[in-house]
Amino acid sequence: MFKTHYKLERNSVALALGIIVVSGIGGLVEIAPLFTIDETVEETQDMRTYTPLELMGRNIYISEGCYACHSQMVRTLRNEVERYGPYSLAVESKYDHPHLWGSKRTGPDLARVGAKYSDAWHVAHLINPRDVVPTSIMPKYGWLAKTPLEMKDLSLHLKAQQRVGVPYTDEQVENATADAYAQATPESAGQDGVLERYGEATNVRAFDGDPKTVTQMDALVAYLQIIGQLTQVPYADNNSEKKGE
Amino acid sequence: MMAQLTSSERQNIIAIGLAILIGGFTLAILGRNDILGIHALLFVAAGGLAIIVGARNLYKPEPSEDRSQSYYDDPSKVGIFLALIWGIFGMFIGDWIAWLMAFPDMTFSEGWSSFGRLRPSHTTGVIFGFGGNALIATSFHVVQRTSRARLPSQVLPWFVLWGYNLFCLLGVTGYFMGITQSREYAEPEWYADIWLVIVWVSYFGLYIWTLARRKEPHIYVSNWYYMAFILVVAVLHIVNNLAVPLSWGSAKSYSLFSGVQDAMTQWWYGHNAVAFFLTAGFLGMMYYYLPKRAQRPIYSYRMSIISFWGITFFYMWAGSHHLHYTALPHWVQNLGMSFSVMLLVPSWASAGNALMTLNGAWHRVRDDAVLRFMMVAAIFYGLSTFEGSFMAIRPVNSLSHYTDWTVGHVHSGALGWVAMIVFGSFYALVPWLWKRKSMYSARLIEVHFWLALAGTVVYVFALWNAGIIQGLMWRTYNDGGTLAYSFMESVDAMRPYYVARGIGGLLFLTGTILCLYNVWMTTRMATETDTESVDQSVATLQPAE
Repeated sequence: MFKTHYKLERNSVALALGIIVVSGIGGLVEIAPLFTIDETVEETQDMRTYTPLELMGRNIYISEGCYACHSQMVRTLRNEVERYGPYSLAVESKYDHPHLWGSKRTGPDLARVGAKYSDAWHVAHLINPRDVVPTSIMPKYGWLAKTPLEMKDLSLHLKAQQRVGVPYTDEQVENATADAYAQATPESAGQDGVLERYGEATNVRAFDGDPKTVTQMDALVAYLQIIGQLTQVPYADNNSEKKGE
Repeated sequence: MMAQLTSSERQNIIAIGLAILIGGFTLAILGRNDILGIHALLFVAAGGLAIIVGARNLYKPEPSEDRSQSYYDDPSKVGIFLALIWGIFGMFIGDWIAWLMAFPDMTFSEGWSSFGRLRPSHTTGVIFGFGGNALIATSFHVVQRTSRARLPSQVLPWFVLWGYNLFCLLGVTGYFMGITQSREYAEPEWYADIWLVIVWVSYFGLYIWTLARRKEPHIYVSNWYYMAFILVVAVLHIVNNLAVPLSWGSAKSYSLFSGVQDAMTQWWYGHNAVAFFLTAGFLGMMYYYLPKRAQRPIYSYRMSIISFWGITFFYMWAGSHHLHYTALPHWVQNLGMSFSVMLLVPSWASAGNALMTLNGAWHRVRDDAVLRFMMVAAIFYGLSTFEGSFMAIRPVNSLSHYTDWTVGHVHSGALGWVAMIVFGSFYALVPWLWKRKSMYSARLIEVHFWLALAGTVVYVFALWNAGIIQGLMWRTYNDGGTLAYSFMESVDAMRPYYVARGIGGLLFLTGTILCLYNVWMTTRMATETDTESVDQSVATLQPAE
């Protein structure tokens, strides 16, 4: 073995090829099958895609680096299920390009935060976390409520999502900007279109409390309220024996 | 800096600058309605600078013919300064956000200065800015000495060095503006990623070209590691960053993979960025500078072979230990755990090889702070690889994951191993490169050593405590069978440890500033007339057989 190496280390190209081959095996064995083994991601009927407004909220969550302190992955551990809710299923992040499972909980996990607090609580908390949680160490995000949401290229966003495999219909792509506006502006003409395209259960509200302008705050709160709510499968009764353990 | 370049090489620099300028300008026009339009101006500025520098020196006298008889070290010299400047920047941001975790309002009210945007600036600044420049600078130095060959090009090394720094700058300025992919340690967006691929391919080309011209029959161990670092990082970078941009005129892209596959790809990248960027490259550094400074050959040639191939093979399986108990299939988690534990063997073989090399030179370790930096680095390498294997075991991970223990572990590796080996290597290398008798101040090195060690120990102990307390509070039940602590109680309990961490970081940062000062003053000292030629022997490097 050492004799072979004695030869190998005299040939730079062979050494480079050796490194590529030896290092390539692990990734191939662990990653490639995740795309082909069907059980990797569960089947669901009721899984919906993010609305354009929620998707933009998700992009703000990414831009602001929220993922650095909040995970979105309840592990299969009793204390986590009791603290946060049902453990996360792979299918829940099926449309998440990229995933936001996170790696650190400076703040709590957010996989089950959707529909847990009111919009007003989220807005107050984002403007100054210490107003609602006195010892919180979260940063303030006051500018979100003052910054209008950039909405003109939303069709491009949905189109790019389509390209990476999220099943947006062409109708959804075409109406992306109108739908984002309508979702944050209740009683507007476009409201029915949003419900028709994304389902009756879609939240149509002035998320930041101000129906006049669509702000980054509207988008982020809309996103926070839908986390863990795209499918109801994790909460279904037939899952309960897994839940409690 | 330009004195050794021939006029045709200066013309090449102008041509490259022009290409970057045109590329940047095109990108800026395409992205004029997007934040990309502003960000692309960095390319324009970089290209413009290259043109100006090339043009101003175009008619300077040609360099003398005998330059090919010596090594080309100017890029290494600049790289050392860049590394230290990035290091101070990255560590400053790091310490700032460390204090933010105790005093969250200690920042400005604008978006750029919020924790979530500063945090990737810290990681990019220290890993890629500080670590990457140190790797590039030392790899150029080591590959020439161990091959007894001059770098084959005088333009390519500059392209690699400055191109790489442009990538770092694109990353950090992007985060301040909210441009990020959210992929940990791979946050820069698609256009910066493509740029890095171009730079990295040039880096590999330059490296293999230098090796091809070597006068030594054998390729020295350091070069195996530097090559693994360059090659594997290229593969990881390309696969992990596969994404579809909204358009050629938009900074935003969506990753090609989603959910569980995306998570696995990202941690396959993330863990192996640790392996091949923060471990392999720096092992290459250690295998050269430690034996040189200790004036003893590497203890075991066979151990270095076993540990090299062990690290190259095992590490790539270990990424899934970042995803224990998640929605990632169980079989992948188990593979990740098993290989992480096996990884201890090659890791400790490397650490042991380094420490056994020092055996017989302990009196030098006692007297020489430079060698002590390297010894402490090897010890921390051994400690943090043991800790890493331990934390990869599923039940341990159920406690440690998501807590500050992970952050403590990372910093025991980053401060204790990576930064210490860099400082040790720089202090050894700087007098050689600038042909000085010694560093400006041995005393300042001594002070730096104790600041760095104290800073690391304070930091790591603080976060070990923090993480274990946090993990236990999250899982503790009271007698009634319900969870004993609210999440906020666990946050409140962290406060003293976060303050201690801020202090530890400050000590470490102070040491790095002293290092930059010491290096700067050394370069201003008088030159020793002892030129190192290509034909000089590298006998001290031969491993003991």
